[in-house]
Amino acid sequence: MAEHHKNEVDAVTGVSTTGHEWDGIRELNNPLPRWWLWTFYATIVWAFLYWIAYPAWPLVSGYTSGVLGWKSREAVQVQLADLRVQRGAFAEKLEAASLEQIEASPELLAFARAQGRAAFGDNCAPCHGSGAAGSKGYPNLNDDDWMWGGSLEQIQQTILHGIRSTDADAHVGDMPAFGRDGLLQRPEIVAVADYVRSLSDLPVPKGVTPDLAKGKEVFAANCAACHGADGKGNIELGAPNLTDGIWLYGSDRDSIIATLTNGRAGIMPAWAGRLDPTTIKALTVYVHALGGGQ
Amino acid sequence: MNMATKVERLDEPEYDDDAPLYEARRKIYPIAVHGTFRKIKWTLLIVTLGIYYLLPFLRWDRGPNAPSQAVLVDLANGRFYFFFIEIWPQEIYYVTGLLILAALVLFLMNAVAGRLWCGYLCPQTVWTDLFQAIERMVEGDPRERREKLKTASRGRRAFEAASKHTLWLMVAWWTGGAWVLYFADAPTLVWQLFTGTAPMVAYLWIAILTFTTYVLAGHMREQVCTYMCPWPRIQAALTDEYAFNVTYRYDRGEPRGSFKKTEALRAAGVPAGDCIDCKQCVAACPTGVDIRLGSQLACIQCGLCIDACDTVMNKVGRPTGLIAYDTEMNVERRMKGLAPVTKVLRARTLLYAGLIVIVGGIMVATLAMRGSEGVSVIHDRNPLFVRLSDGSLRNAYTLRIVNKQSLPRRFAIAVDGVPEARLEVVGGISVTENGHPVVEVGPDQTYELRALVSTSAKLPANASLPVTFSVTDVVGGETTTAPDHFKGP
Repeated sequence: MAEHHKNEVDAVTGVSTTGHEWDGIRELNNPLPRWWLWTFYATIVWAFLYWIAYPAWPLVSGYTSGVLGWKSREAVQVQLADLRVQRGAFAEKLEAASLEQIEASPELLAFARAQGRAAFGDNCAPCHGSGAAGSKGYPNLNDDDWMWGGSLEQIQQTILHGIRSTDADAHVGDMPAFGRDGLLQRPEIVAVADYVRSLSDLPVPKGVTPDLAKGKEVFAANCAACHGADGKGNIELGAPNLTDGIWLYGSDRDSIIATLTNGRAGIMPAWAGRLDPTTIKALTVYVHALGGGQ
Repeated sequence: MNMATKVERLDEPEYDDDAPLYEARRKIYPIAVHGTFRKIKWTLLIVTLGIYYLLPFLRWDRGPNAPSQAVLVDLANGRFYFFFIEIWPQEIYYVTGLLILAALVLFLMNAVAGRLWCGYLCPQTVWTDLFQAIERMVEGDPRERREKLKTASRGRRAFEAASKHTLWLMVAWWTGGAWVLYFADAPTLVWQLFTGTAPMVAYLWIAILTFTTYVLAGHMREQVCTYMCPWPRIQAALTDEYAFNVTYRYDRGEPRGSFKKTEALRAAGVPAGDCIDCKQCVAACPTGVDIRLGSQLACIQCGLCIDACDTVMNKVGRPTGLIAYDTEMNVERRMKGLAPVTKVLRARTLLYAGLIVIVGGIMVATLAMRGSEGVSVIHDRNPLFVRLSDGSLRNAYTLRIVNKQSLPRRFAIAVDGVPEARLEVVGGISVTENGHPVVEVGPDQTYELRALVSTSAKLPANASLPVTFSVTDVVGGETTTAPDHFKGP
């Protein structure tokens, strides 16, 4: 417990105490070094000068802005301008080089991938995920399956103009709502769903007896126009390959029946005009170099 | 430790109820002394400052693609050169090792012979010593200085003060100037400094270090040791009764008295101490302490009081060594009539020496065995794996290949540990060696690439196969490996 003893001198050191005692230990009252004390006073003065010079105190609506007029937002603008200057040389190279040249130069590839990763995180990650792994309805950009083509030019085209976007040059493809619009009857839809699953050797669920012959017939009449007679798809129309292991909306029977019944029309916005051409180039190279590029 | 209780104090402390908030500093003007320890200190001062000022100019041939300065911190390129050793930023643990070694050597010194570092080697001590020597050279010894303050003309005193501060600033400027030479090619930078074309940061650092040297060695001096430095507080916990320290042998010195008085006592057959209370030990002390009060925080154990006392002892015809390197235990033993005991080899010193050998050995071994290439690997966090259209699995990794030689080298990349593994490398690499992708890494450079490993093999659920990436110098055959995992669903 702290006890108080006034005006006491410590016997051993001859120094006066502060009068405080804790469990028998008394605090000596050694004077501070002068330089230390003056440094301490200087920091107090500094604090006052700081309040005057810089934004410091909150007011009812606003704050004291300081006589130097410093603003954090302006400081950011200055730093961003510096950044643009620093990146200038590389950005010019990126602008001048073709997509193939960028991929062939380790230096430009590294720069484009770094810039692309940042731009992807800002603009694409909300749908495609931060690692571009996608989710149901949003394609995984790491794999080797491309509905609209996986070459550098095709990826750039997709980013620039989007899919079913407002852009005049957007990719447009239509998976009709065969069930909802009465194009096919329910038994035909079930039969063609089973047939499509059989194309990629997906297992037949218990208690289901697929009518593959009917399914094949319906497929040839309704689906082959876009997906091809062999079901391998058509990137011109964005018709996916139905024989591989990748399913944008799921490969289970119910999902495929739902797709056939209601159609699918996923949208990707056009980025031309929203992102500058160099950033789109960097994004193209980044996506292409994720591993699935063709 | 505190002998203040055993020895009668020289002055009774004053107690002032209205003491000021701060304690005004008592400036210390130590007298010049001559003797063994002064000679040792001069020698060490010349050697240490000589190394500091001249080392940047020492050349060391490292071939065409590397700087030829023996000791160089190349911040721009992230390299530290020390003679035949080149340290990369990721090898910063060598610096950690050096710091551990430095601490252990400090502990060992302390356990054997007290504050050898503080007294002889610490930059604060060395520069303060030099600044005090300059002060004595210009203004004279403290007594002469006091006389001048009373008698010399105002102009002369101003001239001397100006000379002193100019000389101090010149030494300080040279100190800062030498510092920046460790961070760039020294002869080039010296030329740039004199032609005014050096980078602004060089002038800035010279200014900063000129200021700190001038303030710390010229004005702060012993306050750095007593107020700012943590070591005096730590070292007291690491010493013991066997450690040699600069010690006033109070068994011999007490009871002290004036020369005449002690001589008279001795003539009368009454025992008297050797200390004639001439206070030369206090006058010589650069931190202003009285060694006769025993071991204390402010005593840096520079040995100058030994020289001062020995000089006096010779004059009064008493044996030297009234103040000497001795152990506290031996002083007490002699007072009890026991023989002194010296024990340098003891648990504490053996432990410190053993640790120094172990840490030093580990550092030398790792330095000797480190290769001239390196590879590190990071597995993609998101996604952990990718299912490809043919149903196979793929994992992506980022590899960083390091070439520590000053020649460009080609490395073949291989992966092991995944059945039916296919390795692809992203980015402008078409060359292969025995089916392995090959990359060229420039001299003293690193190369980052994206490696894709796919397999069609059926993996167990939640598979996590250990994989090894190996990087082989196509010409030299030196191989380095890095481990990671291959993940499945």
